[in-house]
Amino acid sequence: MVNLTIDGRRISVPEGTTILEAARTAGIRIPTLCYLKDINQIGACRVCVVEVEGWDHLAASCNADCEEGMVVHTNTPRVRDTRRLNVEMILSRHHTNCTSCVRSGNCSLQSLARDMNVLDLPFPQTPVFRPWDHTYPLIRDMSKCINCMRCVAVCDKVQDMKVWDVTGTGTRTAVAIRDKMDLKDVGCTYCGQCITHCPVGALRARDDTMKAFAALSDPDKICVVQVAPAVRAAWGEDFGLTTEEATLPRLVAVLKAMGFDYVFDTDFAADLTIMEEGGEFVERMTHPTEYQWPMFTSCCPGWVRYVKIRHPELLDNLSTAKSPQQMFGAVTKSYFAEKIGVDPEKLFCISIMPCTAKKYECAVEEVNDAGAGQDVDLSITTRELVRMIKVCQIDPMTAGEAEFDDPLGESTGAGVIFGATGGVMEAALRSAYFLITGENPDPDAFSDVRGLDGWKERTFRAGDIIVRTAVASGLANTSRLIDAIQRGDVHYDFVEIMACPSGCSGGGGQPIEDGVELGGVRGQHLYKLDREMPLRFSHENPSVQTLYAEYLQAPLSHRAHELLHTDLKAWKL
Amino acid sequence: MSRLSISSPDKSQAFVDSMYANMQRRIEVAPQGNCPVELTDAFLRLCMAQSCGKCVPCRVGLDQLSTLIQKILEGNGTAQDLMILDKAAHAIADSADCAIGWEAAKTVITCVNGFRDDFMSHLTTGRCMSNFKAVPCMTFCPAHVDIPGYIALVKEGRYADAVRLIREDNPFPSVCGLICEHPCESHCRRNIVDDSVNIRGLKRAVVEQAGHVPAPKCAPPTGKTVAIIGGGPTGLTAAYYLALMGHSVTVYEKHKKFGGMLRYGIPRYRLPEKYLDEDINVILSTGITAYTNVEIGKDIDFAEIHEKFDGVYIAIGAHSYKKLNIPGEDAENVMSAVQLLGAMGDGEPMDMTGKRVVVIGGGNVAMDASRTAIRLGAESVQCVYRRRKSDMTALVNEISGAVAEGVELVTLMAPARIETDENGAAKALVVKPQVPGAYKGGRPAPRDADQPEQTLPCDIVIVAIGQAIEFGHFTEAGITPSKYGTLQADTSGAVAGANGVYAGGDCASGPATVIKAIEAGKTAAANLDEYFGLHSEIDFDVEIPAASANLRTACGRCNMTDRPAAERIHDFDLIENSLTSEEATQECSRCLRCDHFGYGSFRGGRKTAW
Repeated sequence: MVNLTIDGRRISVPEGTTILEAARTAGIRIPTLCYLKDINQIGACRVCVVEVEGWDHLAASCNADCEEGMVVHTNTPRVRDTRRLNVEMILSRHHTNCTSCVRSGNCSLQSLARDMNVLDLPFPQTPVFRPWDHTYPLIRDMSKCINCMRCVAVCDKVQDMKVWDVTGTGTRTAVAIRDKMDLKDVGCTYCGQCITHCPVGALRARDDTMKAFAALSDPDKICVVQVAPAVRAAWGEDFGLTTEEATLPRLVAVLKAMGFDYVFDTDFAADLTIMEEGGEFVERMTHPTEYQWPMFTSCCPGWVRYVKIRHPELLDNLSTAKSPQQMFGAVTKSYFAEKIGVDPEKLFCISIMPCTAKKYECAVEEVNDAGAGQDVDLSITTRELVRMIKVCQIDPMTAGEAEFDDPLGESTGAGVIFGATGGVMEAALRSAYFLITGENPDPDAFSDVRGLDGWKERTFRAGDIIVRTAVASGLANTSRLIDAIQRGDVHYDFVEIMACPSGCSGGGGQPIEDGVELGGVRGQHLYKLDREMPLRFSHENPSVQTLYAEYLQAPLSHRAHELLHTDLKAWKL
Repeated sequence: MSRLSISSPDKSQAFVDSMYANMQRRIEVAPQGNCPVELTDAFLRLCMAQSCGKCVPCRVGLDQLSTLIQKILEGNGTAQDLMILDKAAHAIADSADCAIGWEAAKTVITCVNGFRDDFMSHLTTGRCMSNFKAVPCMTFCPAHVDIPGYIALVKEGRYADAVRLIREDNPFPSVCGLICEHPCESHCRRNIVDDSVNIRGLKRAVVEQAGHVPAPKCAPPTGKTVAIIGGGPTGLTAAYYLALMGHSVTVYEKHKKFGGMLRYGIPRYRLPEKYLDEDINVILSTGITAYTNVEIGKDIDFAEIHEKFDGVYIAIGAHSYKKLNIPGEDAENVMSAVQLLGAMGDGEPMDMTGKRVVVIGGGNVAMDASRTAIRLGAESVQCVYRRRKSDMTALVNEISGAVAEGVELVTLMAPARIETDENGAAKALVVKPQVPGAYKGGRPAPRDADQPEQTLPCDIVIVAIGQAIEFGHFTEAGITPSKYGTLQADTSGAVAGANGVYAGGDCASGPATVIKAIEAGKTAAANLDEYFGLHSEIDFDVEIPAASANLRTACGRCNMTDRPAAERIHDFDLIENSLTSEEATQECSRCLRCDHFGYGSFRGGRKTAW
């Protein structure tokens, strides 16, 4: 342990602790901007500076280890003046059009400037503008970039994709896509982690809310909305609601108030995915020599893009089952249209997703099979949902409560946990066990695959069959896992991959709280919802059973293949 | 009213002078990877600030050049702009009235041509090609040794760990502690504050404090075999890393002992045998099979080696010498420095007692030969050079050391012929006085002066004007030499057309420094391993202490001192005194830890394997 004094308080911390973290453990606030714990501790913004007795210069507390006997002052005139001047310098290069910025009210620079009482800037403002194709799912506004390098660090260290790089030197140093490439060519997975880790509005997902509103106000359109599992664990955060307050019935009521004709649950399609993917897994297990191993999940479009970019040789290992979003779209524009007797062309299918890559997925030409335009016409993020609620000035606490519509609103606990890392695996194992043994396991029999470890491995037994599973989230973890598989160091039968750390609950489309990773907490909420569900096995979902009875016949049937499976190799990047 | 007055120091001018001196040090540091277009503009703006403003080209033109460059930097430039820039710069260079203007424009012309790719990148993509290098010492060290890392270890007294860390990149810490030319120091960021850290001095302190540090364990055998031809610094470096990677390594050395030019070129007073042997013994302790007195082409054919081994590294050095091609050069008592120093390496000193020695050349080898001659009892040693003292390629310390030991520098004298006596022995060197002339290849070329020849009577002539490579056998085996008389290898060390054959060190680069030889050996080891289809890594397992506050106030650099000249000329013992531990500690505290501060904490601060 190292003993030091910060602002007169004696503190004892483990060796290797930074001054910043030591101060935080003592409840002493030091502002930060470029700092991301363990990912970006580079002392670039110089906002976290503190005075250390005996040092002739200020220290960047995020980047300086505590030393025995150190005496630190975090609130001196020198510290305050320097911090403010550094914020003013950052502002002089930042396009401060805050009122029309997507991060207004949730911008670390904005709150810093407010906290530092920056009122008159001593420097002229000269942000640098660069064009960007606004049809991309990911949009970068260089005039707002403060070169904190967080996106670079996240893309390098957490996602191993190295899309972002630093270009130039000196005053013109700027973050840009590596090797002078364009976003569409660089091999970006569109995971959106750079967006959720950007402290300002320099990175954002494409805003599709106007298209959603246009559909809602079109009298010729029947608007169908699906809500992804992880969305329910996060949508209330921006309204200051607890998870107890931001309930599903309230969300459904809000969507109804917004004008959606049918409010459905992606969880239904998640159950359907399990039926197809579980069936596929059992088929592969019973004919092991006909397939490449292990089998990988394929419901995460960030992961699918990763495979196409990095490991095209593994595409045959991925389940051919579509993601819940796409299964939902395909069923809506076929079975559901038929059921309510409307021309599927009249249906406008919107998904609310914790994800930015879903914007890409729904627009993949080769994924559409219902024959009425895109199966999912529009995918919006949780953040866009929040903005739409605000545009409509709906108060979620007074909008009432409502239930999902039938028949695509019925789901099980297995569908809910899709939103957490390990959830797809757990849901699939629950049903695979049933398919193999003919009886249900304890629904919590596979809870070992839960948790935030980036790479988990567990072996389960179902009857005579032993299933070796692995679960990874975050693409750097994924890279390590795939390297190990390809080296022959590990052997698995079934692997779940989610591009975002902690899975969809930490997705790139989720609400942003700077410096806090909420994926784990949101995942816990999903597991709580699972426990509370009357049905916890996908194969027991009555609406799914009806769908098969009335329309698809059985998992992996010819019609199921036509509508619910896809050729990932044919997908264009 | 006085007609004249004595100028008194102008306070403001004194300040300007000190500012220039500071900037000069900063410019010398020259970080690697800055945008050259940006630098062009920055230098240009400095030139503009120096302009008196009288003439149009300088007053207006330079500013217009800067405006154009800035437009290009901002990503708004066109091909037309670049054309105007070039054209206007030529006009300014042609028409400016004084050097302030024309030299500024010439700088711009040089930059536009030299950095055309960078200008084009800004023009066509609006993006910069440059890539800043975080840690200057590590960047400029050809072996990329983790210098801030070992300095931090020294500071904590972890000497053995420091040696282990150095050996991850350089298996010759003892040798380099004494004789490395330390390109790391010239770019040390500390220069911006006061003066570079004494990096070589600290390395020497490390090895002396650490004592014997055994080599790490080798990786499990890979089954691959490599032959190394030549047991000098580059061959042994390659051998060491290949052995650590698990390959089976055999070294063939032509001489009686290993070490190459370290033993047969560098005098013991600069590199005592025990330092050299310590490094070599540790290298050989990794299980390398090593043969001495085996010459490829005589004892074994290259073809046989190539056939028998999976990979070959040719590292034969440059043990031959260049000739003057003047009359009398074949006289009996005319020898090359390579011959003299080679004999010293085998412990066969020549007696020069009472002899008058003339050494021809101005490089480090000429100084080594001169100082060796002094120690061998020469009555006088004259070092003859056809250029000026300031043009000598020898290190400044080597020159001043030689002078202190009694070597007389005879500069601006070109050897014309060697006069011989009736027995055919040299009796004098006749030289032609020279005048420094126009610049050629970066330094002034001397030309014959309008002065008569002079005669320097002597008993021994030592020629030290350059080394050559004996590659005859290898060309017979089908390896083509380059037009520079070296063995041709690409930047990976690979020899074209010969599978699995690599070449490096002096024999491929021409005579260079020990650290360049080490770089070549390391490169060959890595690429031979890749050639085998393996990706064995040299992992770093030494934990580096965290950086503390850096000492920002200017503080003098501690230099090594030499033993008094009057004493040292009588022996071949080490000349240079080590830093005291007090001095070493102070030097450690001067390190700015660029691995942690600045760009280092973001990118390129530390590697963990290669």
